Amino acid sequence: MSDFVSYLIHGLAVGCGFALIASGLIIIHRVTRVVNLAQGMFAVVAGFAASSLLGLGLPHGPAELVAVLLAAGSGLLTGVVAIAKSGTTPQASLIATLGVGIFGYAVEILIWGDQPRSFSGLAGSFDVGELTLHKQYALIMLVTLAVFAALELFFERTYSGKALSACASNPHAASLVGISVTRMGLWAFAMGGGLGGIAGVLLTPLRPVSYDSDVLFFVNGFSAAILAGLKRPAFALAGGLTLGVAEAMVAGYAKASYQSSLALLLALAILIAQAARRPALHAAGD
Amino acid sequence: MIAVADLTVCYGAAVALDRVSLQVARGEMVALVGANGAGKTTLLNALSGVVRPASGSIRINGRLAHVPEGRQLFPDLSVDDNLRLGAFRVRERDPGWVYEVFPGLVRVKKQHAGSLSGGQQQMVAIGRALMSRPDVIAIDEMSLGLAPLVVRELGRQLRALNAERGLAVLLVEQNARLALKLCTTAYVFETGRVVAHGSCEELARSALIAGAYFGAASEDVS
Repeated sequence: MSDFVSYLIHGLAVGCGFALIASGLIIIHRVTRVVNLAQGMFAVVAGFAASSLLGLGLPHGPAELVAVLLAAGSGLLTGVVAIAKSGTTPQASLIATLGVGIFGYAVEILIWGDQPRSFSGLAGSFDVGELTLHKQYALIMLVTLAVFAALELFFERTYSGKALSACASNPHAASLVGISVTRMGLWAFAMGGGLGGIAGVLLTPLRPVSYDSDVLFFVNGFSAAILAGLKRPAFALAGGLTLGVAEAMVAGYAKASYQSSLALLLALAILIAQAARRPALHAAGD
Repeated sequence: MIAVADLTVCYGAAVALDRVSLQVARGEMVALVGANGAGKTTLLNALSGVVRPASGSIRINGRLAHVPEGRQLFPDLSVDDNLRLGAFRVRERDPGWVYEVFPGLVRVKKQHAGSLSGGQQQMVAIGRALMSRPDVIAIDEMSLGLAPLVVRELGRQLRALNAERGLAVLLVEQNARLALKLCTTAYVFETGRVVAHGSCEELARSALIAGAYFGAASEDVS
């Protein structure tokens, strides 16, 4: 298998993780207008929790599931801190999520210590024609596709999904028809937590996480979300995959330490280009 | 149906409504007319709980639906979704009967509400309010920005809703001539006070209304 193809596959798998984090950011931003700076924390919490639960003897599957639920819970808590008080502006909420993220460091170090943790994912590989594919990579891609399909169904077909979209579309009108915009915002935070958690349990076997890995998760997820225009969760998949592959190529052909700089550069370039027309985050919220 | 007594609403130091009393009977069509800033919209907002009164009382028997000024649709959701979301508080969420009231919406039910004409958007806004199965519907500036032909059509549909389903209507209008033609009772607002009220026929004849409001509004109706 050529270097190029193996970089490509690695990039697609990691990009799936970025896309999951990005979709959480987008859902939270659409419903609450808040850029959730604690989004990376959810992935770290889930990665840590899964490694602990597996260490305690819980089998694969249930361990990851509980870890994702914990991440969703931490998402809900983040939402309570950030938006539950009525009249909080999105700017104040943004700072609150930053505070939650930093507070998260303390809690994580208290529970799990300051050393990186990992756990083994699906071992082994299989052949598809000429290609040799790690099972963990295949798992990441399959789970991500299933999650995005479920998200699409949820927003397009269910009444609750429409109610969330209504808050994104016109919060004032949503409250007029009886939808609690705050409650929907909390749901969005919980969903964002769960999606970040799924990314965490999928990516931790590839790369150990430590308490401050949230920065990398956030930067990559945010860049993917910006690439997707902060619009629809489904677009985040394209954004995440693009970013993942680009970073894998940079790491493969240039230097591994350049890859997160690439994410930042990309995000900055797009933000500046959009800001030249109108404030980017507002534009994406329309 | 609705009984408002001595209602006072303040925005900071400014008095938006000053001891306003008003009644809407079951199945009645009532117009609130007056210039911009006279307090009509504030009254609707107080009725639907958006603003809190400083003093006075509001009694509503039955369900009130509020069609806000500017229609306030969900622009990037479909017409059908807009209607269904109107039923958020109730169990029955099939919009079939609203399409019977506004047959013109059937053709565009899959389109984004934001892509419709002003008249169609007003129908969606009223339809969405109807989805909550109200006993009384309060419509703020229904005719604003709409062509006379469209306004006449909307008026016909409101009348039909009122006659066939017993829906009470509280119509806030700057276009006094339209409101007085459509409704049976009217209240005239001026700087937060009710300065006249009575049957629409009488008020339409009164020089006060003719002088104060028909001048500005007459180009909207013909």
